[in-house]
Amino acid sequence: MAEAKDRKIPAPAVNVETQAFWDATVQGKLMIKKCTACGEPHFYPRNLCPFCFSDKTEWVEASGNATIYTYSVMRRAPVPYAIAYVTLAEGPTIMTNIVDCDLDAIKIGQAVRLVFRPSEGGPPVPMFAPV
Amino acid sequence: MSIKGKAYVVGIYEHPTRLATDKTVPMLHAECAAGALADAGLTKNDIDGYFCAAGDTPGLGGLSMVDYMGLKLRHLDSTDTGGSSYLLQVGHVAEAIAAGKCSVALITLAGRPRAEGMATGTAPRAPAVPMPESGFEFPYAPATANMYAMCAMRHMHQYGTTSEQMAWVKVAASHHAQYNPHAMLREIVTVEEVVNSPMIADPLHRLDCCVISDGGGAMIMTTPEIARSLKRPLVKLIGAGEAPKHQMGGKIDLTYSGAVWSGPPAFAEAGVKPGDMKYASIYDSFTITVIMQLEDLGFCEKGQGGRFVSDGNLISGTGKLPFNTDGGGLCNNHPSNRGGLTKVLEAVRQLRGEAHPAVQVKNCDLALAHGTGGSLGTRHNAATVIMERE
Ligand SMILES: [Zn+2]
Repeated sequence: MAEAKDRKIPAPAVNVETQAFWDATVQGKLMIKKCTACGEPHFYPRNLCPFCFSDKTEWVEASGNATIYTYSVMRRAPVPYAIAYVTLAEGPTIMTNIVDCDLDAIKIGQAVRLVFRPSEGGPPVPMFAPV
Repeated sequence: MSIKGKAYVVGIYEHPTRLATDKTVPMLHAECAAGALADAGLTKNDIDGYFCAAGDTPGLGGLSMVDYMGLKLRHLDSTDTGGSSYLLQVGHVAEAIAAGKCSVALITLAGRPRAEGMATGTAPRAPAVPMPESGFEFPYAPATANMYAMCAMRHMHQYGTTSEQMAWVKVAASHHAQYNPHAMLREIVTVEEVVNSPMIADPLHRLDCCVISDGGGAMIMTTPEIARSLKRPLVKLIGAGEAPKHQMGGKIDLTYSGAVWSGPPAFAEAGVKPGDMKYASIYDSFTITVIMQLEDLGFCEKGQGGRFVSDGNLISGTGKLPFNTDGGGLCNNHPSNRGGLTKVLEAVRQLRGEAHPAVQVKNCDLALAHGTGGSLGTRHNAATVIMERE
């Protein structure tokens, strides 16, 4: 068993377009963008919808429920870690790390739940743990 | 307007170095350029178009290299899409030549990541200036290996592809590399050796990954008229396609690459089918890269790539589709972490009949070179070129 250990998380690059996203992670919330013109949710968040290019995009809070689309455990690192794409219940698939688990037991299709990890000098970063 | 038959490859050169501690990157570019000119029988002052990638030419775009080499140009293009840039540039050269914007074009690639001790595939590379996606990716430590590994993991899950099938790609490359005196890895390896090599990023083992090497290469392309005045075999471009693929706003599907869009227009322009190809150079950053691109180009059905590459099917002389007969990125070299140019070079050698006799494809008159730049796991550009010997 290879227990996922905490590694140092670099602070995410924050800008005026994504400030609201990172303000929300401090409150323990994962926000995605939804377009009120075409109805599509998207990720990572942009001001202009990447589907219809409308600027009528709004922040909505994700439930935090997701399933693992794919993953890989990086063995050649000071602290092995699992990178993954998880598909949110709301639709978009996002890059993340799978934590709080046995790295050797991760499976595609597995249900995971939102958690947060502190970053070095920046806002908390959303990650996912098996339910 | 089509680029079919509008541009010929008349000069090629691959730098023999694999560890360039005694050379600068500009030196490598210039030495490659000189080698390709000598092969073509042309001189530096014949060049009026320069095509490179901003990412491996020091300075602003190609400007510093134009200055360093003392070029007098009518056309300069430094489009950078990573390792596929040079495949892309073959098409761009033909467009410029067809439009009369240049008549003798130089393409160069060079780099020395090995001499610089770069942890190419296993360490995340932080951009100097944040990209729009940086905040949503970099905290999770995406390296090169684990991003391609996620494609492999999904491919295995969805199509039943196995580690042993992926290993066959490396086995075939090693069979070819034994004949290349410049190749970094010349030992023949077995499927067992690949799957028993250390795990880098599940499910990719060390021997599923390409080498880290220094070096470079160059090509000279020109008009049909000038090509016929030279003493080299006539190799012409007959089809080209390019297409970026990305995360699609979160509708992520890692089971296919941009080759599904770059391949069809290239085949249509050339008027040929995948089954007509006598030889294929396929970008092999990782073994899974080859399997996905072969499927996406139509060499086999989607999901059947693992079966297609098995049992030596990519080995010259025994398999149906000889590939990367120089040993490719998996065994020969991967200069500047960019494998696109060397893919074209080996395809030209095959079309000229100048590959090593042990791997030369008989009557090789039609060949494809294809590559991916960026990352299959996030965003990349695919480029396909089809060439014919007259
Ligand atoms: Zn929209």
